[in-house]
Amino acid sequence: MTTLVIAEHDNASLKGSTANTVTAAIQCGADVHVLVSGFNCGAAAEAASKLAGVSKVLVADAAHFADGLAENIAAQVLAIAADYSHILAPATAYGKNISPRVAANLDVAQISEITKVISADTFERPIYAGNAIATVQSSDAKKVITVRTTGFDAASAGGSAAIENITAVADSGKSSFVSREVAKSDRPELTAAKIIVSGGRGMGSGDNFKILEPLADKLGAAMGASRAAVDAGYVPNDWQVGQTGKIVAPSLYIAVGISGAIQHLAGMKDSKTIVAINKDPEAPIFSVADYGIVGDLFEVVPALIKELG
Amino acid sequence: MKILVPVKRVVDYNVKVRVKSDHSGMDIANVKMSMNPFDEIAIEEAVRLKEQGVATEIIAISCGVAQCQETLRTAMAIGADRGILVETDVELQPLAVAKLLKAIADKEQPALIILGKQAIDDDCNQTGQMLAALLGWPQATFASKVVVADGKVSVTREVDGGLETLSLTLPAIVTTDLRLNEPRYVTLPNIMKAKKKQLDNVKPADLGVDVTPRVKTLKVVEPAQRSAGIIVPDVATLVAKLKNEAKVI
Repeated sequence: MTTLVIAEHDNASLKGSTANTVTAAIQCGADVHVLVSGFNCGAAAEAASKLAGVSKVLVADAAHFADGLAENIAAQVLAIAADYSHILAPATAYGKNISPRVAANLDVAQISEITKVISADTFERPIYAGNAIATVQSSDAKKVITVRTTGFDAASAGGSAAIENITAVADSGKSSFVSREVAKSDRPELTAAKIIVSGGRGMGSGDNFKILEPLADKLGAAMGASRAAVDAGYVPNDWQVGQTGKIVAPSLYIAVGISGAIQHLAGMKDSKTIVAINKDPEAPIFSVADYGIVGDLFEVVPALIKELG
Repeated sequence: MKILVPVKRVVDYNVKVRVKSDHSGMDIANVKMSMNPFDEIAIEEAVRLKEQGVATEIIAISCGVAQCQETLRTAMAIGADRGILVETDVELQPLAVAKLLKAIADKEQPALIILGKQAIDDDCNQTGQMLAALLGWPQATFASKVVVADGKVSVTREVDGGLETLSLTLPAIVTTDLRLNEPRYVTLPNIMKAKKKQLDNVKPADLGVDVTPRVKTLKVVEPAQRSAGIIVPDVATLVAKLKNEAKVI
């Protein structure tokens, strides 16, 4: 019984989601290997080898792995899948894209977004936007799983796994990478941030989001938004926190002008401490907030920035 | 070119569903059912490709109970040309649905299959990718822009931290994200027209597919509730609490 973790990385570095997935893999009760498929991805492989609990890192290095195309990465996983009882990937845009391809080709079900490992074949996962938690048991010989990263702590550093190069599979030739537009920001990434400042429809306009910037700067926070704010065109979609956006669990989540629709709560209610600033005392966000301030956000936010000094 | 669009019947997104008291599942008896919102976006995109002269025929498919006919009629009212219902009372899981869709794709030979990225009931986010794997086709998931030209489809995808654009050879699979388009309102004349469109009914056995579930749900419970905290009078109190009580700043 060995578990394989599909590493998420950008060749130069390993994404934090991989470390959370390793923790889930260890809980599946087996030896843990990590597969890094990339191009000139030595640094990412090196980082994976240092995660505690990882016994081996397999590296497939080829130009057609550079951009993480699902067809090629899934084919690489399938090439070595016979050796593993569990195959885990983070439930991020990266992992969700690749993992079901692996499962279907192995003729097994995928168990999506697990938040808890009960035993080697039984897991907990949220359904209906987190309104219910299902305990599910797989009858397949191999378990293919995506891991909700907020459900598991990141594996700590301190490991020293062997790194082994493996033969790369051929390019599928059916898809090619054209371009990438990554929002440039000095702020931490939303899913990795310790503090998040999020705005909702109450912000009133995209311009008004600027008043949150000094607050985020002061706290070293990432910026997020509710789907309502994204749908209204105030901010880009990759800021979206919620059922259909990103699932986050920072130590502090400050919700500004967010009413707290179910689908937003689904994305942030596992945060350690939640602060809500809203002028409507009846807003559902207050039912999950540890600390609430009822008031006009255009007065409260500047006052808060001043108070933080 | 032919486009297939699978559509799922789910509990309407406005309905707050509750866990059954015996923890065997969700209580969805007598609640309003609708088309999965991401699938509505998929149908809309197919109809727009037809309006652009790229697509010639749109076939909507639904797998599940007899009432999925209503979902297919909605798809046809938006603009699908015909519908196929794969009827079964068995609980269908993504792998089984992908196999049913593969059998239909083998028969219909579409150039493009557009699916919603996930259903809002089981939140699985699997079927499109699984179907791509079974067909051996390329995939572009979480699409926010789709352009078909010269035997290829160029798709802009919503990924963590921004957007990326891929080019796929046809035939291909696309799954939709929220911002791909805004589905049109269905008009009464189109609802009437949809009633006259062809709707075929097949069974999983006709397609030679075993739909036995692979994953068993042992129990379903309410998530642990967060208890509401306190309303603080001013920002000074808030900052003090965050520093001394929560110790998060």
